[in-house]
Amino acid sequence: MAGERRKGMKFSKLYSFKCFKPFSREDHSQIGSRGYSRVVFCNDPDNPEALQLNYRGNYVSTTKYTAANFIPKSLFEQFRRVANIYFLVVAFVSFSPLAPYTAPSVLAPLLIVIGATMVKEGVEDLRRRKQDVEANNRKVEVLGKTGTYVETKWKNLRVGDLVKVHKDEYFPADLLLLSSSYEDGICYVETMNLDGETNLKLKHALEITSDEESIKNFRAVIKCEDPNEHLYSFVGTLYFEGKQYPLSPQQILLRDSKLKNTDYVHGVVVFTGHDTKVMQNATDPPSKRSKIEKKMDQIIYILFSILIVIAFTGSVFFGIVTRRDMSDDGKLRRWYLRPDQTTVFYDPRRAVAAAFFHFLTALMLYGYLIPISLYVSIEVVKVLQSIFINQDQEMYHEETDRPARARTSNLNEELGQVDTILSDKTGTLTCNSMEFVKCSIAGTAYGRGMTEVEMALRKKKGMVPQEEVGDDSLSIKEQKSVKGFNFWDERIVDGQWINQPNAELIQKFFRVLAICHTAIPDVNNDTGEITYEAESPDEAAFVIASRELGFEFFSRSQTSISLHEIDHMTVYELLHVLEFSSSRKRMSVIVRNPENRLLLLSKGADSVMFERLAKHGRQNERETKEHIKKYAEAGLRTLVITYREIDEDEYRVWEEEFLNAKTLVTEDRDTLIDAAADKIEKDLILLGSTAVEDKLQKGVPDCIEKLSQAGVKIWVLTGDKTETAINIGYACSLLREGMKKILITLDSSDIEALEKQGDKEAVAKLREGMTQTAAVTDDSVKENPEMFGLVIDGKSLTFALDSKLEKEFLELAIRCNSVICCRSSPKQKALVTRLVKNGTGRTTLAIGDGANDVGMLQEADIGVGISGAEGMQAVMASDFAIAQFRFLERLLLVHGHWCYRRIALMICYFFYKNLTFGFTLFWYEAYASFSGKPAYNDWYMSCYNVFFTSLPVIALGVFDQDVSARLCLKYPLLYQEGVQNVLFSWERILGWMLNGIISSMIIFFLTINTMAAQAFRKDGQVVDYSVLGVTMYSSVVWMVNCQMAISINYFTWIQHCFIWGSIGVWYLFLVVYGSLPPTFSTTAFQVFVETSAPSPICWLILFLVVFSALLPYFAYRAFQIKFRPMYHDIIVEQRRTERIETAPSAVLGELPVQVEFTLHHLRANLSRRDSWN
Amino acid sequence: MSSTNTPSSSAAAAAGSVDSSAARRNSKRPKYSKFTQQELPACKPILTPGWVISTFLIISVIFIPLGVISLFASQDVVEIVDRYDSACVPPPDQANKVAYIQGAANKSCTRTLIVPKRMKQPIYVYYQLENFYQNHRRYVKSRSDSQLRSVKDENQIDACKPEDDVGGLPIVPCGLIAWSLFNDTYALSRNNQRLAVNKKGIAWKSDREHKFGKRVFPKNFQKGNLTGGAILDPNISLSDQEDLIVWMRTAALPTFRKLYGKIESDLEKGDNIQVTLQNNYNTYSFSGKKKLVLSTTSWLGGKNDFLGIAYLTVGGICFFLALAFTVMYLVKPRRLGDPTYLSWNRIPGGR
Repeated sequence: MAGERRKGMKFSKLYSFKCFKPFSREDHSQIGSRGYSRVVFCNDPDNPEALQLNYRGNYVSTTKYTAANFIPKSLFEQFRRVANIYFLVVAFVSFSPLAPYTAPSVLAPLLIVIGATMVKEGVEDLRRRKQDVEANNRKVEVLGKTGTYVETKWKNLRVGDLVKVHKDEYFPADLLLLSSSYEDGICYVETMNLDGETNLKLKHALEITSDEESIKNFRAVIKCEDPNEHLYSFVGTLYFEGKQYPLSPQQILLRDSKLKNTDYVHGVVVFTGHDTKVMQNATDPPSKRSKIEKKMDQIIYILFSILIVIAFTGSVFFGIVTRRDMSDDGKLRRWYLRPDQTTVFYDPRRAVAAAFFHFLTALMLYGYLIPISLYVSIEVVKVLQSIFINQDQEMYHEETDRPARARTSNLNEELGQVDTILSDKTGTLTCNSMEFVKCSIAGTAYGRGMTEVEMALRKKKGMVPQEEVGDDSLSIKEQKSVKGFNFWDERIVDGQWINQPNAELIQKFFRVLAICHTAIPDVNNDTGEITYEAESPDEAAFVIASRELGFEFFSRSQTSISLHEIDHMTVYELLHVLEFSSSRKRMSVIVRNPENRLLLLSKGADSVMFERLAKHGRQNERETKEHIKKYAEAGLRTLVITYREIDEDEYRVWEEEFLNAKTLVTEDRDTLIDAAADKIEKDLILLGSTAVEDKLQKGVPDCIEKLSQAGVKIWVLTGDKTETAINIGYACSLLREGMKKILITLDSSDIEALEKQGDKEAVAKLREGMTQTAAVTDDSVKENPEMFGLVIDGKSLTFALDSKLEKEFLELAIRCNSVICCRSSPKQKALVTRLVKNGTGRTTLAIGDGANDVGMLQEADIGVGISGAEGMQAVMASDFAIAQFRFLERLLLVHGHWCYRRIALMICYFFYKNLTFGFTLFWYEAYASFSGKPAYNDWYMSCYNVFFTSLPVIALGVFDQDVSARLCLKYPLLYQEGVQNVLFSWERILGWMLNGIISSMIIFFLTINTMAAQAFRKDGQVVDYSVLGVTMYSSVVWMVNCQMAISINYFTWIQHCFIWGSIGVWYLFLVVYGSLPPTFSTTAFQVFVETSAPSPICWLILFLVVFSALLPYFAYRAFQIKFRPMYHDIIVEQRRTERIETAPSAVLGELPVQVEFTLHHLRANLSRRDSWN
Repeated sequence: MSSTNTPSSSAAAAAGSVDSSAARRNSKRPKYSKFTQQELPACKPILTPGWVISTFLIISVIFIPLGVISLFASQDVVEIVDRYDSACVPPPDQANKVAYIQGAANKSCTRTLIVPKRMKQPIYVYYQLENFYQNHRRYVKSRSDSQLRSVKDENQIDACKPEDDVGGLPIVPCGLIAWSLFNDTYALSRNNQRLAVNKKGIAWKSDREHKFGKRVFPKNFQKGNLTGGAILDPNISLSDQEDLIVWMRTAALPTFRKLYGKIESDLEKGDNIQVTLQNNYNTYSFSGKKKLVLSTTSWLGGKNDFLGIAYLTVGGICFFLALAFTVMYLVKPRRLGDPTYLSWNRIPGGR
């Protein structure tokens, strides 16, 4: 089964949770009912009936916006954020007299922020549009009315057009293959753009259409399914010359795939434009938001509450003061405000109304508490961060020429918080390049080689794999040159098998391997060498193995397979291929051999094959089973090889039924075909089994070791057998010696028996008992330094994922360091992922490479796709794509940690800087009888977020590093800062907010007390509104930028440039703005040049205020580093001491401490997590 | 550690691949640069005990002398403050000061100030108002900058309500600020000799030259049904009405001084200064104080000890912190890079 699993995934539909099953009828004459209503008039698109159908044209547009709706739609997207709506409302209200400042000064930053985001959207969309235009204007040859082919643009194609596509061209729409340059109407296509698979796929036309001459007058009607997203299914019927012919995916050429190895094909357009399968498939990846961002929303709500509270406080005071401005007998108190002739906003007679309007004013005034540029800054920062991820050379894979790719930038910081990794095995932990290493034929095991897993296990046990070393190296030397073949046994190779006692069976065995497959040979004309395009690496390994052992498969046509058998050529007539599917777990071919005998050759997973053996075919069953078990333990993937002879009568009866099923045009056609196939795949005769090795990827054990040192739990979800999985687990140090292994399996026969009786309750109870026992065991030894590894198989998993048991299962599983789920289906993988994600509430990362992992990747908080040899489906569904599993270490420990840290600090700092600024406004209000006059000039305020403080915070978000990449990897435990979210805990967030409020108080009260009523210059001038504003504002700008300077850990020229540059920009602004005519600059007119700059006291205040306001933070940090240092503080210090001491012994001396500490820490963590649950 | 390359080795690898991949032009290998690999040379400050203590020490070493200097500067300034709002109301009217100030009675009042110390010229004369909210939003906005600047904009009075026009004719200068112009006057004499108070040059030059027009003359000013403050001479252009200019430059806080004039002669210790003042301005209705202030200046401006004290305090705190941290590091030293001090891992006897 293992060998064929991959292929099945490709042939099955794209995995999705949706159960799209409209009602269906078995009779294809019902075509035209719902879901199957499409009618195509071939080569007759101008037919009035065809015109009436009015199918969409072939014009495609993948853009998010059109020229007409760009403005409204992108604006709508923008204002879905609460904060942006708030600012929009503020901007509108700012035109009313309610506003504490002028309307343009509010609009400008909002427009800048919105504009920046819209430009970003627009540029992205333009790029998409360019691609569309390019695709829409590609040329294709269409059969014109005159019967000759004329060139036309893709976008002008209509349903029913007859087109001719040449070699290496893309198909412009979904086509029905009519004929090709080959006589038998076959062609080869490459579907890389659809699923990323680079191998060639064979398509063949119906025989009746494959005659090229008649094509020009071809008239027919196709009735088929409606457009849908299933790439690997097609249901339709061709009505041609009064007869009906069933159509299958074999005749369909999909848009965006490429014609290969075939000079040209003719086809009829069936689906156009957005109706094509590839376009139907183009769904947006599910949009995921990181936990930090969700928390950020909560902080925004807190800030809104603060805003409302302080606005309300101010309004109450304002109401009281205003009320007192005029006594009941009409006496004016503050006569200079003319409370007798006033508007509603200041009317003492309507003080409540005045207070209410003031509340609105105050909401606008203190709006600076809400950082307007936060979202756009975070977006910019994340895009830059993902550029760094894409640019990392350490994550570039030379062999496949693939760098790491962050497909979404939303989740960068989530990478730093991963608690559990759920990993696929094949292709993720292993290379997925198969090597044929062993086989068991007729109860005899062949193959002397040693697998990596065996070697790793032996090494772990302290044994030196001595006895086989000699043979092994010899064999490797001889066979090295053949990729995918690592088999050596003197009894078999070089034709020696003929001398074996059961040579006949050996011959049959390899013949099955050479015939029973769907590979395509590719003969190099110059050298005569043959390479194979196979759908799965397993299959390639089989064909190569049979070639190496003398059964060379060299040619395939639609109806035949040709072999060079030792010294002569044989041609097998290929009658039927019963394809692999994940439910069937087997594949068969029916051939007629040169002796005119009908043969069914079959290979499949042991679980389904053994029960299909004939009584007389079970001769070597026991030995073979034993060998299969041994192979599995050695980490090999096994398949059982069988054959059977069929008599003509049986075949005829069966074929009729089978073809009937094939011609059906209903949804359950597949099931019927399966059922038909089932009938012939029985009474098989066992030949033996194969064992192919899937090598571990480079660096996987080290990577897993590192990740588990970092406290990340790793679950492996695999379709493999339990034994294989366990051994791979050991090989990649997922399971370790000294780890207590908890095995939950339902493979034992008594439970199977129970299950057969349908007594599921009993099984469930049994399971519960097991879980509880395990939990109890776990509890009792929790204090011991033992670690646990849980292994559970697919059947048990079915029960464990039952709603009744999932809690117990999860509780057990999260106490284990490693969990391996064997024989799990794609759906189970997704369910396990969901269970972990929802059950623990912690961040999960799923990593996989195949279509079967798509559900898991989409379900997890972060999906990482391996862009390896397998298709691109996993990558397309992923958030990050890397070429090798080992890059995960760097992606998480370095980039994840950095991004988490950066974003966390950035958000905290954002709130800090806005609180500092916003609260100075509030304090000032207390001295302006809460009338709503801001302390600063309007334009100072509106430039605050955009010009004076934005760049340093972006630099922080993009460049800051607490420790270098090398140290991140050296001390993986540092990663726990993100997992336990210490940098974005509520204490920390509130601490920063408090720091902001304290800073604002220090700034405000020091300034106003120093700048009291007395003269502030030698020339006797006194402080006025404009001077106080400038001085205080300068303090704020200096303050927040210096705070930035002391809170970051990493100073490059960029930081220096931005931080000191921002302060410089403020003064530059002040000079430029102050020199504008007073109508524009109002209170800022010449204020710096003439008034503040020459006054020494202004500078002294600045100096005093900045240092005093930094003092609390600095003292706190010094105290924290002394008594409660953070992990990164210690690492930084360690680096320093190491460098000073330069004694290597000191470095070495640290390591045991580190390890011990790791254990301590992890255990402390585990118990803590339990208590939370 | 094996999987991590040092910068130099990855650079070497990059160089190597350039040679080998000549055939593969379109290699997607990211280009190496210190920037993209995030290996820019950087300074990474660490808060070691030495740094902490010396930072605190340095701050205190700078701040304490600065505080002392500021205090000295403030002490050099000689300042005479005389509160007269209450004293200038005759005893019979003390019960209802508002009625007195709004009444028609003679408002002149004489105050005597004694110079405590020799005052060197220039001596600045200020009036100080308290509890007067010149920073009230309604008040601050009630002016028309364009009208003050040029004659042709005299109709721009939208912001000035209710002091915008009289019978449809625009008021120049309009608005509450101008309308409530301070109108107490002081005549100073020393030993019965008139002491000249120079009222020229008390406003900012930029205000005189750019904000208040030379050709703009007061019009319809204080002609409304309610008279606020001072009346302006309609024959003097606004740019020469320095009292108005000073007043129009609104104060930031409810307690403020404004320049009234300059005395350009020294005053000796013990000199008796007689102030004959016209107590016209109504601060009584909102219980505001009025003070007359005579003050010299130092290089730091007027008399205010706060700055010096603040510097001394902060310097002192830093000194104390430096001491405290020194003691802490001595009493309870922590080895640098000792992992047992982790905040989330405080296991007793952890090692």
